[in-house]
Amino acid sequence: MISQRGVREPRTPLLPRGTSRSRTPRSRPRRLRLYEPIRRRSYVAIAIVSLCLVFALWAGLSYSGAVENLFLPTPVQVWQAAVTESSTGILWPDIWASVSRIVLGFLVSSVVAVPVGMLMGAYKAFEAGLEPPIDFMRYTPAVAFIPLTLIWFGTTSTQKLVILFIAIFFQEVLLVMDNVKNVPVPFVDMAYTLGLSPAQILRRVILRAALPGIVDTLRISMGWGWTYLVVVELVGATNGLGFQIEQAERYLNTPEIILGIIVIGILGLLFDFSFKALYAKAFPYMSRARS
Amino acid sequence: MTPRLELRGVEKVFETRSGPVNALHDIDLTLDDGEFVSVVGASGCGKSTLLRIVAGLEQATDGVLHLDGVPLAGPGKDRGMVFQQYTLYPWLSARANVEFGLQHLPKRERGAAARRFLEIVGLLDFADSYPSQLSGGMQQRVAIARALALQPSMLLMDEPFGALDAQTRSLMQELLLSIWERDRLAVLFVTHDIDEAIFLADRICVLSTKPGRVREVIDVPLPRPRDFAQQMDKDFLALKLHVRGLIHDEAVRNTGFSSVLK
Repeated sequence: MISQRGVREPRTPLLPRGTSRSRTPRSRPRRLRLYEPIRRRSYVAIAIVSLCLVFALWAGLSYSGAVENLFLPTPVQVWQAAVTESSTGILWPDIWASVSRIVLGFLVSSVVAVPVGMLMGAYKAFEAGLEPPIDFMRYTPAVAFIPLTLIWFGTTSTQKLVILFIAIFFQEVLLVMDNVKNVPVPFVDMAYTLGLSPAQILRRVILRAALPGIVDTLRISMGWGWTYLVVVELVGATNGLGFQIEQAERYLNTPEIILGIIVIGILGLLFDFSFKALYAKAFPYMSRARS
Repeated sequence: MTPRLELRGVEKVFETRSGPVNALHDIDLTLDDGEFVSVVGASGCGKSTLLRIVAGLEQATDGVLHLDGVPLAGPGKDRGMVFQQYTLYPWLSARANVEFGLQHLPKRERGAAARRFLEIVGLLDFADSYPSQLSGGMQQRVAIARALALQPSMLLMDEPFGALDAQTRSLMQELLLSIWERDRLAVLFVTHDIDEAIFLADRICVLSTKPGRVREVIDVPLPRPRDFAQQMDKDFLALKLHVRGLIHDEAVRNTGFSSVLK
């Protein structure tokens, strides 16, 4: 029997060490093995070491003078920028401005993308009618719409919402469509024989079966929001993390630029973690199925 | 007496890119109340299509289908279905899966029905388990409970034990018979396993291939209640040999084996 992925082999060696068995690839001790799970502690340790290495590289390059501090400030300079920005009271309002912009863009996109994507996944006519224009929009760069939206809406918050919508929605709706298409057909057949109407099946079976996938899609969509945030805030904004980065650039204030980048990275990670936690909490049966 | 299920001249033609394919031709079949009928045939004979037509999941191209004398139109709760694939909803517990088709009942009655039918399949202790926590055989037992809970006029089973290992399958057959002995529901059971077809059924309907048509309907002379030891009886083996002969010739002719087998 070939052991399934993720099933741990029993640890008891049947043969003494050094016999031919230990030379086969499957019983090689403690090396990198394809798909082999590792202990949680090792996983966390490797991740921490990796982060420390990046930090050490940064510190090394900046403190040694290999790269001038004007271009790459030291960690302490960035820390000081953080202290100054938060004590003068601009960091938190900027974070709030950016976060609310993203959350709004994400919510508006998702409120439209989930039902539309469901219809496209479940009904071929909706797919035929909507997929070509959506595919077209998906391949047009959202950034290219900035001049147009500035003419249409000026430097308003509507303009920023529209850009975020363009960046998020057209990808998101196609992923939701795929989530719905992946619902096993027998689930639907079964529901018919249990006497459900198509409308009931859409809500009680298709939506429910696609929901874990859809939550994953929402998480990924939120990620796109973070990617486009700075683009949106670099042009015609008066606050937000992107605006702050742009301001810092004018004064060659690299510590503040790096600070902005780090804050965006951390915020993005936090949202990602929240979605993963929500997923684990809402769909416990998914992890059981996997293990 | 009107039969429970009556099929007359049922025809099914699939439109494919390479032209129409006649999957079923002129199928006549009746099931009386309390009768257990197996449908066997080589792969591709359309036996699953036939069952899906009776379930209302496919539309017959032509022919008459009556359930208790009333023409069949679309799927419905009057026919409880068990599929080969595991079709329990993974986000629902075993209990909630059984209750799923009973939304028309008040909550209390739903719970009582779920308990009763889980007990019949011997899984009351697993009422709160999710499908991923159950073995394949247990999942199919819950699926049977879910079909029975609808209180249908008949059961439709599409190779329900086909994905199970041989031991579990034989236990499931005995379980199904013991449930069936209680209230003698009409059952239409599709399988490619000849032993299974004979062991369970009162009559066997052997389908030929391309197009699927009724080759022979055979009475199973084995007394009830059945016991797995009967599978070694002379009658059983003679019948098995006969059915196997019917299917074997078909299979050899239609699957390109004829060039390598005699």
